[in-house]
Amino acid sequence: MVQRTQPPVTVDRSAPQPPRSSGDGSPGLRRHPGRNRYGERTGVAYLFLSPWVLGALLLTVGPMLASLYLSFTDYDLLTTPRWVGLENYRRLFADDPRFLAAIWVTVRYVLLSTPLKLVAALAVAMLLNRASRAQGVYRSAFYAPSLLGASVAVALVWRVIFDNGGVVDRALSAVGIHTGGWVSSPRYALLVLVALGVWQFGAPMVIFLAGLKQIPRELYDASAMDGAGWWRTFRSVTLPMLSPVILFNLVLETIHAFQAFTGAFVVSSGRGGPSDSTLFYTLYLYQKGFTEYRMGYASAMAWILVLVIAAVTALLFRTARLWVFYAGEDPR
Amino acid sequence: MTVTGMAAGGGEILTTGGTGAGRGVGADRRLRRLAWHVTCLLLLAGLLYPMAWLLASSVKPANEILSSLSLLPRTVILDNYAEVFSGASGVSVWRFLANSLVVSVGSVIGNVVSCALAAYAFSWLRFRLRGPLFAFMIATIMLPIHVLLVPQYTVFQQLDLVDTFWPLILPKLLATDAFFVFLMVQFMRGLPRELGDAARIDGCGPVRVFAHIVLPLSRPALVTTAIFTFIWSWNDFLSQLIYLNTPDNYTLPLALRLFIDQTSQTSYGAMMAMSVLTLLPIGLFFFAFQRLLVEGVATTGMNG
Repeated sequence: MVQRTQPPVTVDRSAPQPPRSSGDGSPGLRRHPGRNRYGERTGVAYLFLSPWVLGALLLTVGPMLASLYLSFTDYDLLTTPRWVGLENYRRLFADDPRFLAAIWVTVRYVLLSTPLKLVAALAVAMLLNRASRAQGVYRSAFYAPSLLGASVAVALVWRVIFDNGGVVDRALSAVGIHTGGWVSSPRYALLVLVALGVWQFGAPMVIFLAGLKQIPRELYDASAMDGAGWWRTFRSVTLPMLSPVILFNLVLETIHAFQAFTGAFVVSSGRGGPSDSTLFYTLYLYQKGFTEYRMGYASAMAWILVLVIAAVTALLFRTARLWVFYAGEDPR
Repeated sequence: MTVTGMAAGGGEILTTGGTGAGRGVGADRRLRRLAWHVTCLLLLAGLLYPMAWLLASSVKPANEILSSLSLLPRTVILDNYAEVFSGASGVSVWRFLANSLVVSVGSVIGNVVSCALAAYAFSWLRFRLRGPLFAFMIATIMLPIHVLLVPQYTVFQQLDLVDTFWPLILPKLLATDAFFVFLMVQFMRGLPRELGDAARIDGCGPVRVFAHIVLPLSRPALVTTAIFTFIWSWNDFLSQLIYLNTPDNYTLPLALRLFIDQTSQTSYGAMMAMSVLTLLPIGLFFFAFQRLLVEGVATTGMNG
């Protein structure tokens, strides 16, 4: 699933090709063992690759298998893991209302923040897509929140701005809307985090802008010649030509949103409140694993997250056949 | 401001509603351009307001912070910063800063070195398992770290490395940030192959081709990797939260969190000042390298 999410803007979508003709195939050539057909020792390649191989084995593959095993056990870090079969998974879905709450909160967050973020990104990208020297400066400025937004410091600002009697509360009260502090309200607390997520629309915006620049001008000329208005041009030229980039941003931002953590942790002081209204999936996983030390339970949660993300990604690609437009073979 | 007339015409279809009337009339076009700048600037003002508010709050007395919408403080005070530099939980803020620097700089060195080595192998060298290993590497880009968190933690705990910086730096030394490997592979594949061939004829082995040709030419990719690694590890919260347990080892994000939970509204000021200090290095990097950063996102689809 993942290979296809390579950036649309860069050129290749395949694994790296050998520089010239493929070194493997040619049947008539007998090769010296340990050397390729240029007589180079291939062992050198593995030498260069060794840190990565070590990391992949010890820090990725190993832990993945370990956490799969742990998800079928009771494990508190102190005693040896005790095999319990599917008990963790059963308990999650049958006996743990907070887990179900966490799923619901996360799903709502993904469904709210991702589309809003992408719409904002596309709108601003289209606004900026204009020949002007100032474009570069504006583009950078709109991008800035994407760099800052992951910081605890920014989440903290959000917490204070949306607090009871804070800036947002005052501003809304001034126009007659009395919501109180959003941070302490089970109804609005999630919106604080959605706002924080959408605020960081700069990164997908930059990607959209790069995509917009690749749409051939002739299409717009032809569209203008046919007397198409703005909306028609947008629907019939911009959207279809941009659809591969939209898919790319959609997949990336969705995966990203499922894993949101810092904002919720800071805004709710690590508790996910009020009334579990900001209990993100990852936050609940953290609580189970690293404050209650129920490592087996947390591992089961982690694997469910992996499966959900994989399923959602696969689903997005499946629907892509219906709405992503590749002009001939090549969208450019 | 000069605008090439042809391109501006194309932009208008997308931007200002393309009324179609009066294109090419100088005054009309100037007006439209002005409207465009005003729109952009207004949007930016709204977008960046929270950051301006933070900056202003850091020099306001505590009672003004929460409620005031105004960006201009009635009185500018530096007490908040003084309070920050007096430390938290008996630890100096310089200590937090130094810890953050150790983690970030360590991560940068680890990432640049290990990812460059791996990327060179994937892009310039031929070996049997290249296809499958490359596919696996790409697949790990999207893997949620949460599935690795628990077992990695138990490993580092067994090695007695919890509450040290190693669990944060070691993975970078082993090129686990597959994204940057991918970024460098893309870059190195674009380098002129002839240079390598020429060097090979002159008797250079793969090691010298790497050191004398590929590495120097890959500077833009290395710098992009370095900056993004710095900013991401500077901002990183989850893994630092898990691995660093004593205030002596806290990094800035953890110290800030300590502040949040300890403070009442009366010391909001210090919290704001500390937030500014935390964001300052990112701001500086941004101003110094904004072009490179944005280009990096545009060409690789990188997503902070």
